Amino acid sequence: MKAARIRRAACGACLALAALAAPFAASAEDLSFSELYSDWTAAGLVLSEKTESLEGSTVTMTGYMAPPLTPTIRFFVLTEVPMSVCPFCSSDADWPDNIIVVKVSDPVTALPYDSPIAVTGTLEIGSEIDAETGFVSQLRIAADSIEAL
Amino acid sequence: MRKKWMKGMILSMLAGSAVFASVMTADAADIRILPVDTAKFWSGVKFDFNVEVANAKDLQNVDITINGKPAADVLGKNLEQQVLDNGVVSYRANDVTFKNTGDYLVSVTANDAEGKSAAEASYTVVQEKAARPAKNVILFVGDGMSLQAREIARILSKGQTNGKYNDLLAMEKLDHNAIITTSGYDSLVTDSANSASAYSTGHKSVVNAMGVYENSTADPLDDPKVETISEILKRTRGMSIGIVTQAETTDATPAAMVGHTRRRALQDYLAKDYLADYHRPDVIMGGGSSRYLPNTVMGSKRKDNFDVIQAFKDKGYTFATTDAEMKAAPADKPLLGLFHTSTMNVYLDREMLKNPKVLKGFDDQPNLIDMTKKTLDILSQNKNGFFAMIEGASIDKQLHVMDWQRAAYDTIEFDKAIEYAEQWNKEHGDNTLIIVVADHAHGVSISGTYHERDGKKGTEAVRVYQNSIMPTFQDADKDGFPDNPDPDVTLAVQYANHPEYYENYHFMPVPTPPALSVTETVEEAQNIGDKVEFHQVSKASSKANPARIHPGDPAELMPANTPKDDPQECHSADDVLLNAGGPGSEYFHGVMDNTEVFFGILRALGVNANHSVNPDLSKEAK
Ligand SMILES: [Zn+2]
Repeated sequence: MKAARIRRAACGACLALAALAAPFAASAEDLSFSELYSDWTAAGLVLSEKTESLEGSTVTMTGYMAPPLTPTIRFFVLTEVPMSVCPFCSSDADWPDNIIVVKVSDPVTALPYDSPIAVTGTLEIGSEIDAETGFVSQLRIAADSIEAL
Repeated sequence: MRKKWMKGMILSMLAGSAVFASVMTADAADIRILPVDTAKFWSGVKFDFNVEVANAKDLQNVDITINGKPAADVLGKNLEQQVLDNGVVSYRANDVTFKNTGDYLVSVTANDAEGKSAAEASYTVVQEKAARPAKNVILFVGDGMSLQAREIARILSKGQTNGKYNDLLAMEKLDHNAIITTSGYDSLVTDSANSASAYSTGHKSVVNAMGVYENSTADPLDDPKVETISEILKRTRGMSIGIVTQAETTDATPAAMVGHTRRRALQDYLAKDYLADYHRPDVIMGGGSSRYLPNTVMGSKRKDNFDVIQAFKDKGYTFATTDAEMKAAPADKPLLGLFHTSTMNVYLDREMLKNPKVLKGFDDQPNLIDMTKKTLDILSQNKNGFFAMIEGASIDKQLHVMDWQRAAYDTIEFDKAIEYAEQWNKEHGDNTLIIVVADHAHGVSISGTYHERDGKKGTEAVRVYQNSIMPTFQDADKDGFPDNPDPDVTLAVQYANHPEYYENYHFMPVPTPPALSVTETVEEAQNIGDKVEFHQVSKASSKANPARIHPGDPAELMPANTPKDDPQECHSADDVLLNAGGPGSEYFHGVMDNTEVFFGILRALGVNANHSVNPDLSKEAK
């Protein structure tokens, strides 16, 4: 895609972050935040047909990485707009409704929080609770690659 | 008076606040008495009494007396002794009361291998009755509604003629007012859980806590409880309860009217706990359906698959998700109205701008005036009366993101709801106490006005003294809401406590937060034995949001004047104003502590909490 894949040697002072597996095949389908849901109601959000059809497939989503609070991470949160509250540290705060949890398998190099990143990987649908943090997610991408745009 | 003050001073050195306090030798055990020293009680209202002894070596005898008698005799219940997980020894009696009014002195001594420790706490127990009692109470909480937030709303909504306001806000026309101090017992600056808890229970708490005193354990659900207003009025009067907000219905202010937790973030717990008979509200309206939906539904934030909405339906509640459904709800049934998965949109976005990108699919949310109307229609069916807490929640949320225009329109909407309630009260027997109060302040201030008529921009275009010509807000349709939130001459509004941000003085058509949350990694030195090791440590921080730079204007960066880990404007410790009208409102005058709001409510209703009409209400949420 547009920018070069970030793959720096461990920049010690930066947060250890994503530089994952090899570039992925061209089969990844672009999925935008605005396409995720076909309806928003207080009785629940309704996944769009496109989202449903991509379960288990490789997708690319563009968004912002919410700052994680630990240097070593197994997941981070991808948001539609940059985070202006810190839900991990402020009890007043809360996550937006339409977040994506990005699971990473390796430590990765620094990525910016205030400019967009593209995440490519396998789309997972359904409630899951992270055993260590108790973080609840409904949509996840098991990341193959992450790039700064 | 003088004697009491002296005693208070000595006590505050002895027992101090709720942190463990000890005396005598430096190594002696630490004693914590809960409720804390200076606590005030309504006779017959339930609370958990708890003494904790920490850092004891070979703890021998602990002696706990109230007015010189064994505490168990006075409280009518034995204190259960327990060694907690953290090694602290706890002596606790749950659901006790003080039957009689008067002064009580709790004295605790603990002997261990290091010597003797002592601590004291003095309590006052009251019960009063207004000369003309109220049947109902409506508590309007303008969250974060500083005096200046009201004034901004007055300027925009009413305007001036030759320096005199054309009219006052409805809340400002109530008969009585008082200045309210807002601190919790742990810190000067409070939050909405702690402050709402003071209104609901008459007891202060700590930041992020409601309906509890803080004990020594990490468990957020084991802290000693104090009875909430919903529990008291259901138990002693069989009254109906309503909690109405534009925030999540399990957010701090509504939740504190009902529940108990050290951590307000436990919103899915609070949603389910609302079901328990002993405090279940009859009307719940606002946002936050994500806390009620089972985790099998998209948009849920629950950790389990418990369907709280279905459980409310099973108890006979109407469930509404839109304005239309709310308006169609019958008045003779309880109502659960959840109009958004999270916080409802603000008046400007919901009723005026209607940008689909901002509203997402939530394009039929009710306004606070109609929510108030429906609440009163339902609650007034109960011949025993009702208590309703109606919150202008986004005044606070918009000041946190330094969006004074959105806060102002929500303040005006809040005032219209108050105006409706005042009119309703006149037409329904004038027996409802109406209280309007903020729960804490924001450091928001009106510096003057702002315009670019002479080509100046930014700080140079802030007009002060004689240059602060009147703003040009217009209200052609006379609905009280200015037609354009961004007129040629607007207000210059500035903040005392803010993150790093770009000032632009203009209205933002799309909500744009002032700062973005980032993480900084820093090297921290750690001494390990005789070596120093350096470790990478991640720290929450924030930076100005470049989207806040006004297009075409130079970027004016304002450095943070509060710590950078919070990307939002913070609450301030400023006092707030209370207005009250109707029976019992004469209680409010001068400068009062925030817990007095609770005592004013119980006094207006003439509650006798030693008497229960509903003694057997289940505490289990089913
Ligand atoms: Zn707040």
